[in-house]
Amino acid sequence: MSEIRNFTMNFGPQHPAAHGVLRLILELDGETVVRADPHVGLLHRATEKLAESKPFNHSIGYMDRLDYVSMMCNEHAYVMAIEKLLNIEAPERALWIRTMFDEITRILNHLMWIGSNALDLGAMAVFLYAFRERENLMDVYETVSGTRMHATYYRPGGVYRDLPEEMPRVAESRWRKGKDLERMNEWRQGSLLDFIEAFTDDFFDRVDDYETLLTDNRIWKQRTVGIGAVSPDRALQLGFTGPMLRGSGVEWDLRKKQPYAKYREVDFDIPVGSNGDCYDRYLVRVEEMRQSAKIIKQCIAWLRENPGQVIVRNFKVAPPKREEMKDDMEALIHHFKLFTEGYCVPEGETYASVEAPKGEFGCYMISDGANKPFRVHLRAPGYAHLSSMNEMAKGHMLADIAALIATQDIVFGEIDR
Amino acid sequence: MMDQLLTLLWTMAKILMIILPVTIGVAYYTYFERKVLGYMHARRGPNRIGPLGLLQPFADVFKMLFKELIVPTNASKFLFLLAPLLSLGPALAAWAVVPFDDWLVLADIDAGLLMILALTSMGVYGILLGGWASNSKYALLGGLRAAAQTVSYEIAMGFALVGVIVLAGTLNLTAIVEAQSGNIFTWYWLPLLPLFVIYFVSGVAETNRAPFDVAEGESEIVAGFHVEYSGAGFAVFFLAEYANMILISALASLLFMGGWLSPFAGIPVLGDTILGEGGVHWFLLKTVVFCFLFLWFRATFPRYRYDQIMRLGWKVFIPITIVWIMVAGVFRVMGWFGG
Repeated sequence: MSEIRNFTMNFGPQHPAAHGVLRLILELDGETVVRADPHVGLLHRATEKLAESKPFNHSIGYMDRLDYVSMMCNEHAYVMAIEKLLNIEAPERALWIRTMFDEITRILNHLMWIGSNALDLGAMAVFLYAFRERENLMDVYETVSGTRMHATYYRPGGVYRDLPEEMPRVAESRWRKGKDLERMNEWRQGSLLDFIEAFTDDFFDRVDDYETLLTDNRIWKQRTVGIGAVSPDRALQLGFTGPMLRGSGVEWDLRKKQPYAKYREVDFDIPVGSNGDCYDRYLVRVEEMRQSAKIIKQCIAWLRENPGQVIVRNFKVAPPKREEMKDDMEALIHHFKLFTEGYCVPEGETYASVEAPKGEFGCYMISDGANKPFRVHLRAPGYAHLSSMNEMAKGHMLADIAALIATQDIVFGEIDR
Repeated sequence: MMDQLLTLLWTMAKILMIILPVTIGVAYYTYFERKVLGYMHARRGPNRIGPLGLLQPFADVFKMLFKELIVPTNASKFLFLLAPLLSLGPALAAWAVVPFDDWLVLADIDAGLLMILALTSMGVYGILLGGWASNSKYALLGGLRAAAQTVSYEIAMGFALVGVIVLAGTLNLTAIVEAQSGNIFTWYWLPLLPLFVIYFVSGVAETNRAPFDVAEGESEIVAGFHVEYSGAGFAVFFLAEYANMILISALASLLFMGGWLSPFAGIPVLGDTILGEGGVHWFLLKTVVFCFLFLWFRATFPRYRYDQIMRLGWKVFIPITIVWIMVAGVFRVMGWFGG
């Protein structure tokens, strides 16, 4: 009889569950995974290097393209790093807006995650339900920044503009008319804040819907309980952050531990798991969606009461108003200088990090006093998570790989950068 | 000589009369599936081709037929091409013994149930060979999974049918339905409730449908056994799968839900009206309900893992069926049901 050997298999980069361009080389003994070797780099776009070759304020848009399902959180880390180096602080209203949009982004990300996690394990309905809700939040992005995904809304010193007073309505067309149109525009009669509020009020029920389909589902539990369990100590050693770490039972959340923006002033809880398996991470993320909605409501309440500046009136950092540029030469010069040359940032180095939906997203920045950063390094949570793939997958079956990729909430934009 | 020829032609005509509706049924079952899944998923399903998208299945068929049939390098060409036919053949042949009404059956043979069991078990060879001959790792895994799954479910399914045979005392499908006549409570779903559930669940597993679609396992092994098939080969696999689903639904309604018998029969007032009379329409209606269940499962459930399916089959279903066969025996001896 010939010798029996394990066989290797390419899981990706073209694979329905590979979440983008993950190439996983699996060594299989039957269907049991002996070794999982993730290969990265297929989506490498040299973001860090690009950022080093452009003025500081030109790279905000690149940050959206890192983790392209939690866009504004990436911007937040980058913008915070610049603000730290410049030693400026955004106006209070801008900080509240950032807090709100960080949480909207968290919901966006977690909706994407719950949908693809369910889809990877074969439950199709949740995916489409989650995307239905996601579409509304995309509209919020579009209303506030003009684009659905790559917003470039956060700017050093504040945010691009104040929240619009009017939420655009869906126009009538051959396909959208009558009752359908009325239903679609029901939330869109007032301002953007009204729309967000209507969404969050409704969102708790939607999360309950997802839970009905999954949480107590026997098959769902069989597929997730005990899969990819990581002990708290090991999770810390592996550099886990975010829900991956909290799922293992470590209460660590930058929003609480080193509050930025307005997180000190909002009331929310950090859900924590106990077993560190896929199921616990699922529960943690689902609860995080509820907590995010809770934070959003508090932000809305504050933003309604307190109108004001949303970006600093320091024209060396932030552009002057468009109207001023029309008849004020100084304003025009400021605008021109800002968008061509940018601004010089004092020498120094800094690290700014935010609790992105996937974990700690950080931006390490060195300035040598020029108008471009000397070095930008981005800390992507997904990279550390993916590195643990071998350890998490060992001894599990091929089908569990799909569950693991989903639970790590991998997005290749940030891993390959 | 002339007589024989006429018989042959007449049989061919009858076969055609069954195959054609089944094929069209399959076509519209795919449409139905996409519509049902669509509405369950808060979307609309196909609605572009023809009124309400009704011509979509035909558009799909033509598209598939005109696509190139790619045979992968180093694949065993003969087996690769044979596999889809092997899975389609039994799926259609089994219809020969399915009675649509007490007079409407192509081959009213005594061992009808045995023949169906034999033919449905044959279907897995197509899947196994397709996976094996493709010379692809994903397909190989799919084929192996299908084989393992069939081994564990065929037994439970067979045992579930033994319960029916015990109560009916015959293998002839027409006679089995007739033995259930009376009212809705004399149909075998009641005395054989566990077997009925197990039969249908095994049927879902047997046809490789969600939540037991590990042989396809889209997010794990891409498309499993038919990952290398394109064009007509894929279409034939598709046809076989859906024909099997309809067959399982038809059998479930024949064996446990009284086939063409009316659910209102035996009920005082209502049973005396036209509603109380049996007929093909009742049979079709019941079949459609079961077909709908297939889709509902698919829309709702996550997928089992392959070892979990095996465990369910061996450790849960088979023991339950064995016990319930005994219970059915008791029913039979005491004369409470059937006989």
